[in-house]
Amino acid sequence: MSQLVQAKKAPPVALEEATGANQHLTFALGGEMFAVDILHVKEIIEYGAVTEIPMMPVFIRGVINLRGSVVPVVDLSARFGARRTVVGRRTCIVIIEVSDGVVDQDVGIVVDAVSEVLEIAAADIEPPPSFGARIRADFIAGMAKVEGSFVILVDIDKVLDANEIAEIAAGDSAREARLPPAAGEDAAAGAA
Amino acid sequence: MSDLNDELVLTYIQESRDQLAELEAGMLMLEEDPADRANLDAIFRAAHTIKGGAGVIECGFIEQFTHHLENLLDQLRGGLLSVTPALASELLRAADHIAALLDLLETGAEQLPEALAAGDAELVRALESHLDSGNDTAGAGAVTPGMGSPDAFESTGGGVVASDGWHISVRFGRDLMRTGNDPLSFIRYLTTLGEVVALETITDALPAADEMDPEACYLGFEVHLRSGASKADIEQVFDFVRDDCSLHILAPRSKIAEYLDLINELPEDTMRLGEMLVRCGALTSAELDAGLEAQRMLEADGEERPPIGEILVAHQAVRPELVEAAAVRQQHVQEKKQQEARLIKVRADKLDQLIDLVGELVIAGASAQLLADRARVPDLKEATSEVSRLVEDIRDSALQLRMVQIGETFSRFNRVVRDVSRELGKTITLQVTGGETELDKSVVERIGDPLMHLIRNAIDHGIEPASERVAAGKPEAGSVGLNAYHDSGSIVIEVSDDGGGLPIERIRERALERGLITSGDALSDKELANLIFEPGFSTKAQVTNLSGRGVGMDVVRRNISALRGEVEVHSEPGMGSRFTIRLPLTLAIIDGFLTGVGSASYVIPLDTVVECIELGQSGQTRDYLNLRGEVLPTIDLRHNFELPGDPPARRSVVVVSNGRAKVGVVVDRLHGEFQTVIKPLGNLFKHLRGISGSTILGSGDVALILDVPALVSTVTRNESAQLVRQ
Repeated sequence: MSQLVQAKKAPPVALEEATGANQHLTFALGGEMFAVDILHVKEIIEYGAVTEIPMMPVFIRGVINLRGSVVPVVDLSARFGARRTVVGRRTCIVIIEVSDGVVDQDVGIVVDAVSEVLEIAAADIEPPPSFGARIRADFIAGMAKVEGSFVILVDIDKVLDANEIAEIAAGDSAREARLPPAAGEDAAAGAA
Repeated sequence: MSDLNDELVLTYIQESRDQLAELEAGMLMLEEDPADRANLDAIFRAAHTIKGGAGVIECGFIEQFTHHLENLLDQLRGGLLSVTPALASELLRAADHIAALLDLLETGAEQLPEALAAGDAELVRALESHLDSGNDTAGAGAVTPGMGSPDAFESTGGGVVASDGWHISVRFGRDLMRTGNDPLSFIRYLTTLGEVVALETITDALPAADEMDPEACYLGFEVHLRSGASKADIEQVFDFVRDDCSLHILAPRSKIAEYLDLINELPEDTMRLGEMLVRCGALTSAELDAGLEAQRMLEADGEERPPIGEILVAHQAVRPELVEAAAVRQQHVQEKKQQEARLIKVRADKLDQLIDLVGELVIAGASAQLLADRARVPDLKEATSEVSRLVEDIRDSALQLRMVQIGETFSRFNRVVRDVSRELGKTITLQVTGGETELDKSVVERIGDPLMHLIRNAIDHGIEPASERVAAGKPEAGSVGLNAYHDSGSIVIEVSDDGGGLPIERIRERALERGLITSGDALSDKELANLIFEPGFSTKAQVTNLSGRGVGMDVVRRNISALRGEVEVHSEPGMGSRFTIRLPLTLAIIDGFLTGVGSASYVIPLDTVVECIELGQSGQTRDYLNLRGEVLPTIDLRHNFELPGDPPARRSVVVVSNGRAKVGVVVDRLHGEFQTVIKPLGNLFKHLRGISGSTILGSGDVALILDVPALVSTVTRNESAQLVRQ
């Protein structure tokens, strides 16, 4: 498992406040661009060797061995209510550090491809639309204007809220709401 | 409070707790043997260390309280007081109070809350009252060295040391130079009083160069002074720094007892016996040289080398008492140093980090070996397998680091036995064996409470009152035993007593009453005895404040089960009972049985596996098997976990025992035993039933650990729910 990008820490707080800009990692998911605050990103690894956990909601891909720690992997696309990500050549797992206020936990998210680290000024960020994005509104932190198009800023703490996910996993509804796996997924996973 | 200070306070609290444990152990010993001088010294040292540390971190309430305790201990040491049972209890209460104060300090409080302050004042009064009575009654009999009548020592067999002149032993305080003083000026001033015959500089307190504070004074001096001045005159020389240094002045031709005291108070260093005596001024270098020369000559003659002390005595250079005291002290210093060298304190999280890293190393090594196998280069293969072997050794040693001896936990119970048996008016001794047995630290931390309960129970219910014991022909004093040993991969802890044993008939009646058994059940005595672990079971008619509420034993069993251990009791009427606790050595690793379904791997805890059989012809619609005439319900992992792919033609069944019932787990492949390092799955999976954790295989893949009882209950629930719906 090679590390493609070792995430850089954001510039010191003072600088950040002066420019009003925040660094974000942008990535592609189902043909759309998303971004996540880089302070949450620990590292990016190639997709592979995911062990499935039975009896979990469809958006839990399973767990991986990240240098000796067992880290859960969430399929972001499925979490947003779309189909599961089809694993391809550029599929990555972005390791995100989330905190529920008590403990920090690492969680991996599956993305189609990572693109770049962007500095986005606060002035370029629009509030999320109340509908129309086809993603739960509380998952969106804002809409950033980048080169004339919109990038969805993901509120990753909400998306990966451990308590909510655990509740979903506990409820039987999750199993009934299970979506059919995307075609050719297994073959692609085998190739990765 | 700054971080640095916090760190300091935490270190202080931790170290003081260790000192306190020593203090308490010493106090218990003191009760047994009040004349043990070394023990008394150890107690004093521990109290002094706690007080000194409190001064450093500026914790006034601990410093003040320990100061009172120290005063009392000092009088005990000086022989002004003798140990009475009341005093011993007072001392133990004082130790408890210090523990409470330390707890308070940990919470960050700077003032005593009222309740503690009242207790503090009351204890101080109690300690002081001993001080006063000591002065009144013992004052005439015993004499402090250096201030009473010299004749008192003559009669204890001490002679007069032949050296003439004063002997001055001084250790300057660290702040000496900061307060504008200079050690040299004191020595110079001494020369105005008389002739400095010999001077030894004690540099033992000097730390390594990079740790040394150039402004601090680390020096001490042993000065031999020939002078006609009085003791008061000499003391006056050091008047400026009296509060900040330790000063001992011995008069010319002092009594041996005084030298003995001085030897005992010297700072700890492993100087050779001869040098030590020279430094004390008890003998001269010439005398020492002559002694050494004699030793060399004896050696040359091929005789066994006698200790230098004996030779010096033979030459009548020093008095035997002095040599003995110095030798004992030298031995103490050496033993202590050796013990210190054997122990290093390490933070537990550092250790966990190391074990994690070693785990990664194991996995990385395994994949390297896999590649080497593929490369088909014999030399490379050999080299990697050697590396893998070493890595496995490292893993074992790293896990060994978490192992601690159980003795420390055991010794805590000395106090419990003492207090509880007194409360009940019984005489009971605690026999501890196997204290050196090692087990995982996390297990040790959690076994204390169940053990405490068993011991209290043994004292309260097990040991009969003295009159009954005598009538039964047993010694009046009861005995409670704690024993630990390793037995085939687990640790066994036994709590035994020589009391009356469990009342089997009463247990049977009680069990019938509670509906735990029916009158038709034919149960052996052993089975009956083990009923006491059932919830709400107590046969004691009268509830004491110690036990008898019937909430104890089931809690004990639950705590032990939580550690993946088990407990059973063996009882012999009239002879006593024995509780046997069997625990796994560590919580971090289990013996697992590795199986595979499709591409996934599952680990079943090996201790639950009964046997493995081949699954007969597939295609049957019901999930049960005929196991030698028994109905064996089965769980098909492929079906239950909704794993993709078709089952292979030949599949296996792992027969798992779940308490009393047996269950078959259907898997594709059996891989055999596997040492499983447990990795928790994290809070995302906290509601997941049937899987208790994960582990990482040699290939780097993650395998899941099955929780078979939970799996069985999930399957049972789902199946009945399904049937009801239909």
